[in-house]
Amino acid sequence: MSAETVKPAETPSPTADLIRFDKVTKRFGDNTVLDDLCFSVKPGKHVTLIGPSGSGKTTILRLLMTLMKPEEGTIHVNGQQLFPSRGEKQLREVRKNIGMVFQQFNLFPNMTVLRNITEAPVRVLGLSRDEADERARELLDMVGLGERADAKPTQLSGGQQQRVAIARALAMRPQVLLLDEVTSALDPELVAGVLDVLRDIARTTDITMLCVTHEMNFARDISDDVLMFDAGRVIESGPPEKIFGDPEHERTREFLGAVL
Amino acid sequence: MSNWDWSAVADFMPRFWDGVQLTLQILALGSLLSFSLGLVWAFGLLSASRFVRWPVNVVTEFIRNTPLLVQLFFLFFVLPEFGVQFSAVTTGTVAIGLHYSTYTAQVYKAGIDAVPLGQWEAATALSLPRHRTWFAVILPQAIRRIVPALGNYVVSMLKDTPLLAGISVLELLQQARLESAATFQYTEPLTVVGIAFILIAYPASLLLRVLERRLVR
Amino acid sequence: MTAGLWQHWILPGIWTTLQLTLYSAVLATVVAFGIGMARTHRLWIVRFLAGVYTEVFRGTSALVLMFWLFFVVPGLIGWAFVPMWAAVLALGLSYGAYGAEVVRGALASVTPAQREAGIALNFTPWQRMRLILLPQAVPEMIPPFNNLLIELLKGTALVSLLGIGDVSFAAYLVRLATQESAQIYSITLVIYFVIAFLLTRGMKVVERRTKAGIGIDVKAQAAGGTR
Repeated sequence: MSAETVKPAETPSPTADLIRFDKVTKRFGDNTVLDDLCFSVKPGKHVTLIGPSGSGKTTILRLLMTLMKPEEGTIHVNGQQLFPSRGEKQLREVRKNIGMVFQQFNLFPNMTVLRNITEAPVRVLGLSRDEADERARELLDMVGLGERADAKPTQLSGGQQQRVAIARALAMRPQVLLLDEVTSALDPELVAGVLDVLRDIARTTDITMLCVTHEMNFARDISDDVLMFDAGRVIESGPPEKIFGDPEHERTREFLGAVL
Repeated sequence: MSNWDWSAVADFMPRFWDGVQLTLQILALGSLLSFSLGLVWAFGLLSASRFVRWPVNVVTEFIRNTPLLVQLFFLFFVLPEFGVQFSAVTTGTVAIGLHYSTYTAQVYKAGIDAVPLGQWEAATALSLPRHRTWFAVILPQAIRRIVPALGNYVVSMLKDTPLLAGISVLELLQQARLESAATFQYTEPLTVVGIAFILIAYPASLLLRVLERRLVR
Repeated sequence: MTAGLWQHWILPGIWTTLQLTLYSAVLATVVAFGIGMARTHRLWIVRFLAGVYTEVFRGTSALVLMFWLFFVVPGLIGWAFVPMWAAVLALGLSYGAYGAEVVRGALASVTPAQREAGIALNFTPWQRMRLILLPQAVPEMIPPFNNLLIELLKGTALVSLLGIGDVSFAAYLVRLATQESAQIYSITLVIYFVIAFLLTRGMKVVERRTKAGIGIDVKAQAAGGTR
């Protein structure tokens, strides 16, 4: 089992896990979103986080992306400590391994599609424009938007924008791809195109994927492991066949009964 | 500041307080004039008739886009040519009030425009008479935006009162100039006046920000 | 009025007014961006100092500041400004403080999601500012900047009280020479109005261009209402 709730007492070597949360607590005011959370993800695995809204799934992704910081606990990525923070330099070092695709795409409206994808590889990774352009065009072909390199984001549909956002994240060659409800903001007819791209990536690359979604069929297709969240804790985890076919926990059954 | 002389500050105080008094007096009257004249302009700008709207727009835009200082000289030197004689203080107050009335007009207009169209429609649906619509429905809502914005322009007017030194009105800057001319001490009077403006304007703008937060939601 | 008055006083006066406006606007822009960005800095001390600057210079009367730079500062530092530069400094520093508020507001109006996308791609804070936030914030700044530019143009008239030969000072000289004020002051007001009109026109073009750069159509926006 690659994703599991671990007890801190029997902590294995952190290096074996690509992502590792130890007793992480995150609060917003009086509201505890993550409650003493422990879990880990092994390299190359595709893990889906499910659960009712407000159960803290998105918070996990945002913590990993360093968009917020936990009140308590430690987070390791690739054996390096992310939190408690050891300063901006260390954060940037760890962040190199992580890419994220957002619910609202968050493309940069002031740049063309191509620039959206090449800007970070050029400025952050130090690629030449030509190298970055080449890599970007390959990725655009992969997400089926090879023709739209010179368009501005506002000229694209939501589904197309999200595919560009996926290409933009992949252009940084991350080890981990965080997918935060990437189809929730899309019109229903555009969802399939985005999910197909992600299925492709899951099948053809060894990128570790951490995915928050309400698309249960998609979760069943791509996941090695499914984590069921409730009230800031993992209440159940296992392979998709088990979670979707024979869930143990009452809350899981209720949740799946409501969404399926 | 090695050559700072507190006794020069003390010597300046009588003139300083005279200047404060006159400045505040000009500010109060100028504000009243700008508030009321601005209301007239605003009704012109909101008028249904284009023959009212258009000339009012031209006049207010012209006044708003040209310098207060030149307007001040215009009133001061030109009006007497037509036989209208005002004191320098009156001319200055009128100039400030007139100039800022074109700003307050925009404030009134924006405040009224910001009231949702649905409120007018609701008033119509209730068959409220026109003046009831204005006084019971529209203005109470508009006033929340209008009051803080007017306050900001009062602060701007305060900072423009030194322009009246240009026609020798004895406001703060002119008092400082006279003091300097009499004592050859330039540093202290001008510095005191400069700091006085900050000391009045900053708390005023803080107060307005609180007011704005309370009223505009 | 004779051609001589135009040639010797008014036209050079207009030129001086334009120069003053340009130089002060450049200084004010630099101040506005510097202070405005400093107000979003992650260190509180930087934000605090930038805030103090804004409050002090917004609280100051530009004319008093001008007199202070002109008459007091030479006594303090031992050398005097060229009058023109004392004026530019006073105007640039004061209007820069107002501009800083515009910059801060426009930066704050860019959705936080853009900043987050920048973090996710591992840009440095300065890269996020330069490549993502500023290009999106600048178009928002143009209309309020235009208002400030007009205020600045009007503010340049203050220099005539220091004896700098701008168009307002030229009007004063013409009045003394001709003993006639209605005509020259009317003309002067019209000159300012025309300059303001042209500046506004120019800024509208800039607004349209910069908004097109981030995919916003100003005309469609205006037609679609206040959004």
